[in-house]
Amino acid sequence: MERTLTTHSAAETQALGAELGLSLAPGELVAFYGDLGSGKTCMIQGLCEALEVADYVTSPTFMLINEYTGRLRGQDLSIYHFDLYRLQGPDELEDLGAEEYFYGRGVCLVEWAERAGGFLPEGCREVWMEYVGDDERRIILRGGEVSK
Amino acid sequence: MLVLGIETSCDETAAAVVDESYAVHSNVIYSQQDHARYGGVVPELASRAHMRTLVPVVRKAMEDAGVDWTHIDGVAVTRGPGLVGALLVGLSLAKGLAMAQGKPLIGVHHLEGHVFSNLVEQQVEVPFLTLLVSGGHTELILVEELGSYQLLGRTRDDAAGEAFDKVAKLLELLPREGVVMGGRIIAELAERGDAKAIGFPRPLSGETDFSFSGLKTAVLNYVRKLDLQERDRQLVDIAASFQEAVVDTLVDKTILALQQTDVRAVCLAGGVAANKRLRHRLRDEIERRDIPFYCPSPVLCTDNAVMIGAVGTFYLNRGVRDDFALDVAPRLSLC
Repeated sequence: MERTLTTHSAAETQALGAELGLSLAPGELVAFYGDLGSGKTCMIQGLCEALEVADYVTSPTFMLINEYTGRLRGQDLSIYHFDLYRLQGPDELEDLGAEEYFYGRGVCLVEWAERAGGFLPEGCREVWMEYVGDDERRIILRGGEVSK
Repeated sequence: MLVLGIETSCDETAAAVVDESYAVHSNVIYSQQDHARYGGVVPELASRAHMRTLVPVVRKAMEDAGVDWTHIDGVAVTRGPGLVGALLVGLSLAKGLAMAQGKPLIGVHHLEGHVFSNLVEQQVEVPFLTLLVSGGHTELILVEELGSYQLLGRTRDDAAGEAFDKVAKLLELLPREGVVMGGRIIAELAERGDAKAIGFPRPLSGETDFSFSGLKTAVLNYVRKLDLQERDRQLVDIAASFQEAVVDTLVDKTILALQQTDVRAVCLAGGVAANKRLRHRLRDEIERRDIPFYCPSPVLCTDNAVMIGAVGTFYLNRGVRDDFALDVAPRLSLC
């Protein structure tokens, strides 16, 4: 399924992230597509807050992967936050051992999914983000049961 | 006592020989040029470049110091935080050398290294405050005494140097051949611009934590409204106004932390410390309060192995050493 909506503030983008987060199941992957400043990190911050992540959700500069511990429906949950901006090509993901994360039991959030090529699991959730105006972002959600 | 320091946490391959008074006997840094055309450090390329250059760099550090293994009392190496593959190259070589030569191995926290970078050229009285700003870090560290630290503030999203890089990218100033860091390009442009031209936000005012992601988006919002010609016309003012917002934020939070503590000095460290505007503004604000301000020479601001060796001698003197099971810690926190 696919849903297109527009958010009008960072808070709204975070709220949408929270809604998305609570609809996830362990083992799911969400691929985020969009340019610099389109709100990817903002949405992921909202998502992680809803999953009770206590740590700051910072840009995974060094690691390419940040790992957080959260909770979903009363169960502990590992969350892996990827930023593929610095990736040269999909084969580097293989070197990183990304498959173990992508097909593991945690939730994976992948920024700059464009760079992953065909490496992402089939049927994963997709979030396409686009800058419209100062605070306005157009967001397309694909896959999963996002709306109730 | 002489310690060989090794640093490979990001894109600098470095080795140095340092003694227990932190005097520098040699300091070799190879800055990787492999990343310029990508507009940022590429982890896999960094690891490969470390592999290629680390052995010659270590050899040169020992030659420059005029020492052989009989003179060296220990091997200190960065174990984190940093790029996992890059750290592994340094740690593996350090382990191999220490094991083969029968020398103690000391794993060093990269941030503690930056704290020590200010102790190489002068003595600093504890307790002091260190503002560490680089491509990967933005931290306010209270040094109660050497070896005992408290994190007073850190970034909630992007590091300051990262904000410079991202803004350089969205202004299409990166990638540029020969330049990896956006900070240098922005600072050059800013010198010709008006820092008051555009009122970009100063996020998280009144707190000691930092946030630079919103500032980046504010620059983006501003630039999107301009056509290419107008953007180019305003480029120096955008750069100056953005830099001023970053500098204001760093200065204000350091002053706030200063007011919350009873420190005897303030130190600036990390690659962004090379930014002249930041050094100048921070020095003014700190010295106005009759507190000494220190900032290392540029060669000790960027990642280097002198600071790693210095930390190594500090711990080795206290009988602290690691065993060969020591592992890298890419997300190590200081306290």
